[in-house]
Parts: sequence; structure tokens; C-alpha cells
Amino acid sequence: MADYHWPPANRRALIGKREKRIDGPVKSSGRAKYSYDINRPGMLWGKMATSPYAHAKVTRIDTSAAEAMPGVKGVVTIVPEGQEVLWAGQEIVAIAADSEERAEAAADAIKIDYEPLPYLVTDADPEHAGAEHSKQLEARVTGNPDQGFQQAEVISEGDYGLPVITHCCLETHGQVTEWNGDDLTVWSTTQNVSGMAGEYVDGLKQQGITVAANNVHVISHYMGGGFGSKFAADTWGIACAQLSKKTGRPVKMMLERDHELMVAGARPSMHAHVKVGAKRDGTLVAWDSESWGTGGPGDAGAPRFPYIFEVPNVRARHTAILTNIGPARAWRAPNHPQMALISNGAMEDLAAKLNMDPVDFMSKNMNLVTAPDRAKTYQEEFAKASELMDWKSKWHPRGKSGAGPLKRGLGVSLHTWGGRGNLSNCLVTIHPDGSVETSLGSQDLGTGTRTVIAIVTAETLGLPLEAVKVNIGENKYPPAGASGGSTTVSGVSTSTRRAATEALNSLLAKVAPSLGATPDQLEAWSGKIQVKGNAAKSISWKQACAKMGASSITGTGKTSNDLMSSGVGGVQMSEVEVDTETGIVKIIKHVSVQDCGLVIDVRTAESQVYGAAIMGITYALFEEKIMDQVTGRCLNPNMEFYKLASIADIGEIIPHMMTGPGYDERGTIGLGEPPVISPGAAISNAVANAIGVRVPELPLTPDRVLAALGTLEKGGVA
Amino acid sequence: MSPHEDKPRPDGAEKPDEKREKNAEEKKLRDLSRRSFIKGAGIASVAASAGALLADRVLEAAPRPQSGGMAGGVVGPGEVPITLKINGQIRKLNLEPRVMLLDALRNHLDLTGAKKVCDRATCGACTVHLDGRAVYSCTTLAIDAQGHDITTIEGIEPAEGLHPMSQAFWNNDAQQCGFCTPGFVMACAAYVEHEPNPTYEGLQKSLGGNLCRCGTYMGIREAVLEAAKTMKTKGGRA
Repeated sequence: MADYHWPPANRRALIGKREKRIDGPVKSSGRAKYSYDINRPGMLWGKMATSPYAHAKVTRIDTSAAEAMPGVKGVVTIVPEGQEVLWAGQEIVAIAADSEERAEAAADAIKIDYEPLPYLVTDADPEHAGAEHSKQLEARVTGNPDQGFQQAEVISEGDYGLPVITHCCLETHGQVTEWNGDDLTVWSTTQNVSGMAGEYVDGLKQQGITVAANNVHVISHYMGGGFGSKFAADTWGIACAQLSKKTGRPVKMMLERDHELMVAGARPSMHAHVKVGAKRDGTLVAWDSESWGTGGPGDAGAPRFPYIFEVPNVRARHTAILTNIGPARAWRAPNHPQMALISNGAMEDLAAKLNMDPVDFMSKNMNLVTAPDRAKTYQEEFAKASELMDWKSKWHPRGKSGAGPLKRGLGVSLHTWGGRGNLSNCLVTIHPDGSVETSLGSQDLGTGTRTVIAIVTAETLGLPLEAVKVNIGENKYPPAGASGGSTTVSGVSTSTRRAATEALNSLLAKVAPSLGATPDQLEAWSGKIQVKGNAAKSISWKQACAKMGASSITGTGKTSNDLMSSGVGGVQMSEVEVDTETGIVKIIKHVSVQDCGLVIDVRTAESQVYGAAIMGITYALFEEKIMDQVTGRCLNPNMEFYKLASIADIGEIIPHMMTGPGYDERGTIGLGEPPVISPGAAISNAVANAIGVRVPELPLTPDRVLAALGTLEKGGVA
Repeated sequence: MSPHEDKPRPDGAEKPDEKREKNAEEKKLRDLSRRSFIKGAGIASVAASAGALLADRVLEAAPRPQSGGMAGGVVGPGEVPITLKINGQIRKLNLEPRVMLLDALRNHLDLTGAKKVCDRATCGACTVHLDGRAVYSCTTLAIDAQGHDITTIEGIEPAEGLHPMSQAFWNNDAQQCGFCTPGFVMACAAYVEHEPNPTYEGLQKSLGGNLCRCGTYMGIREAVLEAAKTMKTKGGRA
């Protein structure tokens, strides 16, 4: 029988190679249909009226003028009169019309009266947030911090932080809904295909509509970015289904860009005052941090400080500021980019005060990394990253960047993430004509999920990649976990490996007699079923499948713990050039070294790392959801002023995957989150190294850089 | 000439247009708001890329207004007949004059390759070609696109295989979620048509008018250079 364990390196035809993504052609030719692209016969367009107030009571809703407008077919009230809205942009009424323009005009014509109420939309001043907007989440003491600081020979103190940013998915949130009797079909842009039916069952029940989960058909063949923000049906999903029910017609309701940026995704902010102390030789002894941040009306969980290094004496307090900015959503590696910036920024500042190369300083404290074998991974990654960056010859002590206005500097950061696979089920079907289908109720967010499934299936069956058809993106397939927390690659690849192995074993049993062998003597390799070690004794895949008779063979598999692991390490180094006359920061080079166990496809894995670096450069230099306490509103809900890096802003990016002995044996581990954690810290540290002073807050915009330079000229501490 | 340079458009002074002269006041108003809007968007996007030049970030502005077939120069607000030449085919539609070219393509013709993302001429996901130049269809009125050759991504792809630029995007994994990809392919294809010998530096300046969230720019750089070579050996478009 074929063994389901991952094959050794010398028996891998596809795994660990550089395969092109299988849905590349359909995407690059514009043929891929996203939810936003679904046009159904008789379809209406839905639009919503939203609150201009950050906190208010809805006192009166008048839809009569809107309903009388041409083409308007139906209205659904989301927040009834008498209830409160808690953030600007919150949806109050949804309206459907027979064209997008008419729906938009009708939404504008809905009259809503409000009684404005007090609100808070900024977290800049935690002491003045007041008790009703504050919630202390943690007050942790380890060891004896006071004694620790007495033992410290060098102490560094500083401020660090980063603002709320948004997900800014290019395909806005939304869906097309269509009822057919008791059946509801939802074309949803989602990271949660298998879990979405339950969302609709629950959401519609609250609106008095009963639908059975098995009657909700969810389709998301392609989706235009999620990054952690697309797990729920959301207000608009339920309202869209209600509009469809009411009008008896399909309805498409996708968020407008401003609405998307206001409400459909926010990464919590975090700010901190940090004190950290070490012995003169660099040995860390004490940490003290007072941190706060906002995740909107709810809290976003407490960070774990310090990050990575288990310093013996720690005092860490964290307060959530509860604001009217709209709810936070999981953003790629929740809380980790914040912790990395604050903690690794403080460590870099301490290293500068110790006159130590930060790589040496971090290496010196590797004994404080408590996860098994992680310190070894970091040391290997420090070595690889240093080589790729040419760190030793380029690095200079803080601020020693030579004369002239253009200052170059280097920064380093390290990070960790879990990434254990989610629970997924897979069905592999081998047809009598030799064709193969692999089906899971999973989804491809652009990470290469389809490609990974195809590679594992083809590898297991000894077939070329093109021989496998992958069915995902619909909940009619076996249920698979939502794509969040870097859980997909292990969920789908281990379940696929088990399912394909089971299907193959059924086939081998049927083929064995004709080869005069027992099934356990056979293997699938290079398009053939052959006797192990005797390629001459073989039949082609097609011939083998012809022996199946008329019925197909199936194999099922679940996520398999013994094929995967959890816990990765990554090291990143950044080289920047700062124009000290304009304050503009330019990325010269960014090196990202990452482990994620066994890499299924190096090409799409590297694309994840490239993409994470670019997303990281973007939040390090440009991104900020700017909230105005005077109006309670977001000032930049558009893509001119909510800035994303362009192709010219990213410099040279060098990814490196740690693979081979010591890494492959761990099996698969998720990759989506880890490489996005360190760029902010590495870039901020590089800027400090270049200009001789810390720019406390991201994004590192020219005004902030110039302000920091100003403190240096006034005798600020380097 | 790069399609992304903010070069002066053919104007009424060069090509007198009787109907437009008659409606000088309306034209002035319309032109003013349209121009100032696009100029404003251009300036805003420059700020996103500190150090980039204004000219580098602005795609070709919308075409000059056409009033062909519209009696009296005032149309709407109801539907009016509109004739568009898309991918070589004449398509007749009845649209309200406020309908944007992007919405005409997506909502009325089911040509969904061009995407709606920023909806205000910043991100380039809606890029189509108008007379061979890359334009933002989200801020081009459908009624203004009459009389021009409109090419969408559906129009550049061969029946079998891929346009060299799409092929190069695939080869270099210049796509993740893929939502920006068709717009990028169209912008890159127009760029290479006008700049057959792109350089790393040049393409970065000229392609700043398209944005990607997943972070596929490294692959896009390589794809443009690769496609420029293939397109040259194949003598232009496939």
C-alpha cells in the first residue's frame, strides 16, 4: 500500500519545486469571475444609507421619497428607529433598484434623523479616554522588575506605536444573493466558504426568515483579497438576502470604496512607552511597558510583551481604548506586527545604547527564546539574512551615516507565528478515463491554495499537475476550515494527501493482479503504476484506470496531525535611505528569511513573502486610517489619501525560504501571516539607524521623520 | 510616447468641432470639472509615492467630450441611445448619460475583466484602452467614449492561449488574488506598445497609476520586461 507520509526529497516530483499557479491563466486574462462580477438575469443593485455620526440614536427614517424614485424595487431597514449606531458608516437602510446608478441615487434620497450622542474616535490620549472608554486587559508581573532594573547597567526608554490601518481589499465586501423557493444562493467574497451558510442561517433567523443550512449554497470561486476581514455574512449580506426575498429577484450589493475603508476592516492600533534594561554585555534583565490601543467598540486582546524574548523580570500593562471607529477585524497576524514594532524597536534602541550591532545583541539573548529549537532557527536565519543583505559590511553604528543629506541605515527584526492546519475534509475521485478531481469546501485567497491542492494530488498519484482538476470555492464540497491564521495550507495539503493516498490504494488493489504483484509492492510514479524498484514492470495510469470498470474510485481524507506542525520563525532585514531635507524614506532593499516547514510550492510561497514585504512596506511608510475627533469620521476613506505603495515604492525584495533537512521533516506549516509581521519593525529600526533617532510612530511619513530629526537637533537622545 | 505621460490632448483648437463651439459654455463647465477632477486625483496619487513626479502617476485623461447624436447638446437624465465600439464590435445601448464606461462594460455588457475598485481614478483596476491608450474607465463617461476604439482585456486575449502580457504575468507569478491583474495587464500592455524597450526604472515610473494590495509588484516588473521581448519578436500584439 502506498504510504501517506510526505515523500523524501529524492522522491518528490512536484512538492518543493517551483510550479506555476494553476489558476494563473484565468486570472491574468480577466476571465476569472469574482462575486463582484456575477450578473444574474433580472438582477437588482443594492446600496445602503449609512450613519454620518460616530454615535447617535436614529430618531426617524423616511424612505418614501426614495421608494418613489424610478426603478426602486425594495427597502430593508437594518437599524430601526429608536436604536443607536456606534460608528460612522454603520448601515441603517438598504435599498434595491434596477440599475446601480438608480440604487445609489435612491440610497442618497433616504432621509434619516438622528440624535447625536457623545463619542470617541481617537486613542491618542489614553488618560483622557475616561473609564467608560477604557478597559485594562493586562497587568502582568514576572520575576522582580524593580530589582531587575537595579541590576541593569544600561537602560533604554522610548515610545513606539502604529495607528489603525484598514484591510483595503481591492474587491470590496459584498455578495450577490438569489432565492429559488427555499434555496438561497450566495456569491460571496469570503475566506469562509464552508462556514458561510451558518452565518446566513443565523443572520436571517434574527430577521424572521428561516432557511436550512443545507439550502444555502455558497459560491466563491475567486475572491479579491481578504487578509482576515472576510469571514462573516455581515450586515450587508443579510440585508442583501432580505432584499432578494422581498423583491423576488437576485440582488448584488457590494460596498462602495469609502464604506469599505470606513467599516469593513481595521487593524487595531497599539502604542507603548517601554523601558528595557540589560547588562553591559547585552544580557537582557528587565522590561517594563505601558501599552494601549483601540480595536473599536470591542477590545482586541492583550499583547504579550516583550515579543520573542522571555526577559526574566517583566512588568507589562495593556489598556484597550473603546472607540466609535467601527469594529476591528483580524488583520494578517493579529497583534504580532504591533508587538514586533514596539518590542523589536525597544530592543534595537537598547542595542544602540549599548553600542552593539543589533544582530549580535539579539543573538546574545537567544537563550531567552523558549520555544524548542526556535533559537536554532533564528540563528540560521540571522546568518542567511546577513549574507543576503551583506549586513556585516553595510552596518554602521546608529547615526554614523556620513555627511550629506541622504542617510542610509539597516534594521533587523524577528518574529514567530503558529500556523497549524485547520480541520479540512477532502474527496479525491479517480475516474475510469484516468481523470482526477480533488474537492474541498476551501477557498483560494490568492495564496495559491488551488495550486497546492493540485500539487499534492498529482505528487501522490504520480501524475503531472495538469492531470488534476481542483474543485474548491463552493460549500457543496466536503467542509474545509476558514482561511485565517495561516491554517489553510496544512488543512488542505494534509487532507488531500490522505484522500489521494486512500484513492490510490484502492486503485493499486485493482491493478495488482495484472502486474502479478501485491498492492504493497506497487507505487504510482511518473504517470505509471509500477512495481517498486522495477520500472520495467508497469502499466500506464490510463491503463490502470481502465481496470476500474464503470465506477469511479474515491478516497477521503481529513487534516492529518502527523503531516504538519506549528510554530515558525522569521528574520527580516531592511536597508533604507532617508532624505533628511525632505523626510522621505526610501526602501533600498528588504530581505525576508522565513521557515514554514515543508514548502509545497516554492514559487507561490515566495509570492506570499514578497507580498507580505510589500504590505509591510506599505504600513510602515503610508497607511493610516485617520479619524477626526471633531466630526467623528474617517478623513481618508478613499485610495488617494489612504495610501498603498506603488510599484516604484518597494525597492528590491529578497525572499528566502528555509528548506531542507531540519525544516522539511516538520511537515507543512502556514505561511500567510508570519512574513508580514516584521517589516514595520525592520524598517523603523533602519530609519533610526540611518538618522540617529527613533521616529516613534508609524507610518514613517516625512512630517514624522522631520519632527524626529528636530528633536535630535535639540539634543534628542540617539 | 508613453501612454502615461500627461501630454496635452488633441483639443478644440486643433480640431474645431462645430457642435462643441455651439455649446461652448456647457463644454467649458463640463471640461473644467472633469479636468480639475482628474488633475486633483493625479495630485493626490502623487502624494502616495513620495518623490514620484506628477507626470509619472497620471494616466491619459478622459477623452474629449463628444456630442455626436445628441440633439441640442443636453441629454438625459433618462436613458439615451449610446453606441460604443468595443473590441472591434459596435454595441448599441440605452443608458442614462451618468453611466460610466466601466459600469456600461460590467453591468450592461457583462464584460467584467475591468474591475471597480477605487472608483475615482487612483488604482487602475478599471484600465481599458481608448484608441490604444490606457484610460481609467471608472471616470470616463460611457457617452464620452462614443466614437473611440474601446479595447477591454476580453479584446486582447486570443481565442486560444494568452496575450503575451497575460502569459508573462502567469510566468512570473505577478498575481495573487488577481483582482488588480486585468487592469495591470492592460496598463502594462499599453505601456509596452508605446515603450518597446522598457527599463526597470522606466516601468516603475510609468506604472505607478495601478495599485495592488496583495503585493505582486516584483513579479509585475519581471513580467513587463519579459513581455516586451515576446511582443517585439511577435511584432506587437499577439
